[in-house]
Parts: sequence; C-alpha cells; structure tokens
Amino acid sequence: MGLKDFFKTRQLKKAAKLQSQLSTNGNGHDLKVEPSICDDQLCVLWTKCQGCNELLYTSELKKNHSVCKHCGHHHRLTAQERIDLLTDYGSFLEIDDNILPSDPLNFKDLKPYKDRLKEAEKTSNSKEAIITGIGSINNQPVAIGAMEFQYIGGSMGSVVGEKIVSLAERAIEKRIPLILVSSSGGARMHEGILSLMQMAKTAGILKKLHEEKLLYVSLLTEPTFGGVTASFAMLGDILIAEPRARIGFAGRRVIEETIRQKIPKDFQTAEYLLENGQIDLVIPRQNLKPLVSDLIRLHSQNTKLKTGISPFSKIPLFAGV
Amino acid sequence: MKTKQEIIHLDFEKPLIALSKQISELEEKALKNGNSKIIIDLKNQYEKVKEQIYKNLSPIERIKIARHPQRPYPLDYIQSISPAWYELHGDRTGKDDAAIVGGLIEIDGQTIMAIGTQKGRNIKENQRRNFGMPSPEGYRKALRLFYHAEKFNFPIVTFIDTPGAYPGLEAEEHNQSHAIAMNLRELAGLTVPIIAIVTGEGGSGGALALGVANRVLMLENSIYSVISAEGCAAILWRTKDKASEAASALKITAQDLYKLGVIDEIIPEVEGGAHYNHNQTCENILNAIKSHLRELKELSPEELKTDRQEKFRRLGIFNRV
Repeated sequence: MGLKDFFKTRQLKKAAKLQSQLSTNGNGHDLKVEPSICDDQLCVLWTKCQGCNELLYTSELKKNHSVCKHCGHHHRLTAQERIDLLTDYGSFLEIDDNILPSDPLNFKDLKPYKDRLKEAEKTSNSKEAIITGIGSINNQPVAIGAMEFQYIGGSMGSVVGEKIVSLAERAIEKRIPLILVSSSGGARMHEGILSLMQMAKTAGILKKLHEEKLLYVSLLTEPTFGGVTASFAMLGDILIAEPRARIGFAGRRVIEETIRQKIPKDFQTAEYLLENGQIDLVIPRQNLKPLVSDLIRLHSQNTKLKTGISPFSKIPLFAGV
Repeated sequence: MKTKQEIIHLDFEKPLIALSKQISELEEKALKNGNSKIIIDLKNQYEKVKEQIYKNLSPIERIKIARHPQRPYPLDYIQSISPAWYELHGDRTGKDDAAIVGGLIEIDGQTIMAIGTQKGRNIKENQRRNFGMPSPEGYRKALRLFYHAEKFNFPIVTFIDTPGAYPGLEAEEHNQSHAIAMNLRELAGLTVPIIAIVTGEGGSGGALALGVANRVLMLENSIYSVISAEGCAAILWRTKDKASEAASALKITAQDLYKLGVIDEIIPEVEGGAHYNHNQTCENILNAIKSHLRELKELSPEELKTDRQEKFRRLGIFNRV
C-alpha cells in the first residue's frame, strides 16, 4: 500500500466517523464540523509535494532533506535546516545573533515596517533573514551563513549586510573558507537606500577575502534574485545551485512586462544558468555536503604547500567566537 | 543641448505659468494705461508662489525634475567640464553598450576617466541608448575602463542617471547580476580617487554599479533609490497610483540621503531644476569635482582604497543588543 492509498483510507475512515456522528446528532446544524482542524493536524503529518502533488509523509520527507522521493523536487529549507544539512552535528556555533533589525526610515506602507518585522519573526521563527556562524564540514572549519526565505522573503537589509560582512571578517581572521547559502527576493525595500548599500558593503568585504586568497563557495537556492544575486551571491569562487532553483536579476514578470513577450518556461532555472555559463554546478541536495567538503579539501592543498601546514589543522575552532 | 528650446513645464509648475501669463498680459495693457501697481503686486505674488513651490518640493516632484526630458545628461556635463573628450568604446568581448559612455577627459591638466550612464534625447537615440538602462556589456565596458584608470593612475569620475539596469531576456542570459556584482567588488579594490555623482535618477543596483566611490555626490534634484517609487508602490501598496507615498517613504531625495549619511555633498542646481540653466549646473559640478579631487589627492593609493572600503563598511542601521 502506497502512502497515497494509506492516506485515502484514513480519509475514508474519518469521513465515515463524521457521518456516524452526524447521524447520531439527528440534524447536522448544531454540530460544529471543522474539517480544517483535522486537515491542519494532518498537515503536520503529511506534506503535499509542490513538484508532483504527491502526498508525502512529513517525517520521511524531512529525513530526505525535504527532497521528494517521487519527483526529486527540492522543497525550501529553513536557514537552520540548511546549516544542519551542511555542517557536522553539533559543530555550528551561531555568531552575531544579537544584531537585530531597526526601522531606520520609520517606513510605513499598508502596514508599518515594525509590525512586519514582528510578524516575520513569528512566522519564520527566526530573528532576521540570515543565520551566520562558525562550524565544520567533515572536520574542516568554515564560516557559514544561510538565508531564511520565510523572513520577509529573505530580503537583505542592514542586518543581513552586517552579518555577512562580520562573517567574512571572521573567515579572513581565521583563514577559513566562507560558505554562503542564498535564498532571497533581493534588497529589502523597507530600509530604502540602506538596503541598496548592503550590496556594496558585502561586495567590498568579498574583495578583501578575494585578495586574501580564501575560498568562497556560494550556494544558490530557490529563489535567489535582485540585489542579492547582483552582489555577494554571484561573487563566489565556485557557484553551486540546487536543481530547478530559480536564480536571476530581474523577476520573470518584470522582464515579460519590459520586453512584452512570454519568456521560456525553464528561463532562470539552475539548469538554464548552467547551460548559459553562469554557474559551475547543479547538485542535488543529498550530494551537497560531500561536494562542499571535497571542494574545501581540494582548495586547501595549495595553501598547505605554501605554508607547510594545513590551514585547518591549527586553528582553535571556537576561540574568540 | 546647445540650441535654445522652450522649457517643458511640469504639472506642479502650472500655477506659476498661469501667473506669469497674467503678468505679461497686464504688462501689455499697462504700457497703454500706465497702471503698474497691480503688476508689481502680481510680481510679488509670483515670487512668493515660486518660492513656495520650489522650496517645498515633494519627493515625487523631485522625481519629475530628475526625469525631466530636458535635464542635462552625463555627456552634457562631460563635454562641458573638459576641453578634451575621447570616448572609448566596447567591452572587448562583443558589444559596445551605448547606455554607458566612458572615456578620457582633462581637468586642470589632470587626466580623468569619466564614465556615465546615458539616456537619449529622442526616440531614435533612446533606442540606441536603451533609455539609459545598461546591459551587462555596458557594466563590463565600465569595468575595463576602471582597470585602465587604475593602470595609469587616473582618478575616476562617474555620472549616474539611469532608471536601472536593463531587465531584459538577453541581459539575464548575459548575466546582469554578475556584471553588477563584479563592478561593486572591483571598485572596492581600486587605489585611485573615485568620485560618483548622481545627476538624475539613481536607479538601484544599476546605479550602484558605478557608485562605489570615495565621495558620493548628488545634484539637488536628483534621486537615488533601491527601487523605483512606482515599482515599490506596485509591490507594497499593490497599486502604482501610490507612487507618491512610496517616494516619500523610501527616502530617495538628495536631502534625505545626506541626512542618512549615505552621500557626502549636495550640489546645488538653479531654481526649478538643472534644465533651466545647463551651464550653471555644469559649473557647479566642475567645482565640486575639483574640490573633492584636491582633498582626495592628499591620500595615498592604499589610503584611498581603505577609505572607500570603510565608507561602505559603515553603512547600515541596526540594533545591537
């Protein structure tokens, strides 16, 4: 019996139970039938695949890093899940979690920005659109950051910019590789010009990192757009994307409005970018950690030759974090 | 624009136009009757209204001035501030994007690399210049010219007046994001003085790609924003009609940006906007360039680089708890 059949049987049983309750009650009017409650409970147990609509047992889906086992669709990961996926168990130590958003412009559209921030914190269970810290990947220390799309579309404002710069500074200080996982709609409008300036701010620190000859691996996940793509996300020494992830500068609708014609369906997907020479690799999620780990290992060889010691062997991992 | 043209008036200038018409009509009559008191009163009223309008320009009105079709464009400034102008063409990989112009100029015996975005004056020119919206090739041409300036130790002056980077199909395929990101990173590493002047529209990442400078200046009626007011209104207010609200909320005027510490100086225009007097605006720009270059010449190449990197490192407002 497949999962789908199992679910169907459950639904049938439930419907039968409801039916019997209704009939014992005589009329159905005063009986509050709230199937939505049942559905909500079921949602925790079951997830509908966004790729093939197949119903998946949630815990199994999570075990498979949120990749559908039927169609291979990569569901979005939260920032924390991403960190857990890439770093060694228990090795990650978050930094800069005391940097919190403010409302520098006193911005208000249909809702005040302050309220949006509070809401975002609730819905995403995250304090800002990025988590940064130091951890290890197969025992190789890294400075790693992952964006949280659930937090105002993973948009980059002052906090995201500051945390990325601060993380890159640690990477330089400790001479360890930088790994950034992006998932963002772009710059955050609610902080106006300050958000735009984060593009220059993050690109500026990456210039330093580049001059220090340290490895920066940029992982592009669904979706990465606008000011994030046009700054730190595209500046990796190695650019990796997840299958079918949409990556671009301008959004599809804006382009269609500008050129007044429909654009190809697979436009701005990871595979399309690979074909157009914009990224290095498209890698399924389960292979990500081994790949990143190997990339770090391969890039550490030169430094090893130069200095005589591995750059990773003598670094007190958590000192001064 | 060398030839005298009738000034196109903006909608908020209508009361002024009506008054001045009334005055000239009365003046004609007064020549016959000799009654000049009413004219003097009217003229006083005209001055009052004028002051009221131009002293209290709202952000959306500044946008209109910044986009005025008769406003001087970067090539007007470049050609008027320097006796020499040798435009250099092409990105060396297949295209010369006319939306970005660049080349050599000379100010007080100092060779300078001038680079700007360029809009067209008519439909035909706008087709060629793509309404001042650069393609990736344009940014790559700029990057080539940045490197040229670095090699020969020429200061760089950029003139920014663009609605933004072009959001087209080909632009995406040729990696608009990467072209912008590379400029942001490479500008951060140059060791020559860089001055960026926003002369009209500073449209988001497309403007910033020429804007990572030691000194960022803005003309009095120019704007600089993370997103166009119309675009922001469409997303956050769900209607483009709220562009005026969005313009105010985003803080895009030179005056607001100066207060936020994002820009270093506001270059004055004549009353009503630069289009009323091209020569005066050019002269003001020339003076600003001269004075900032003088100051920046005091810094060593390494200091210039650090100064620029630290300037952008500081940008951003957040809470640290």
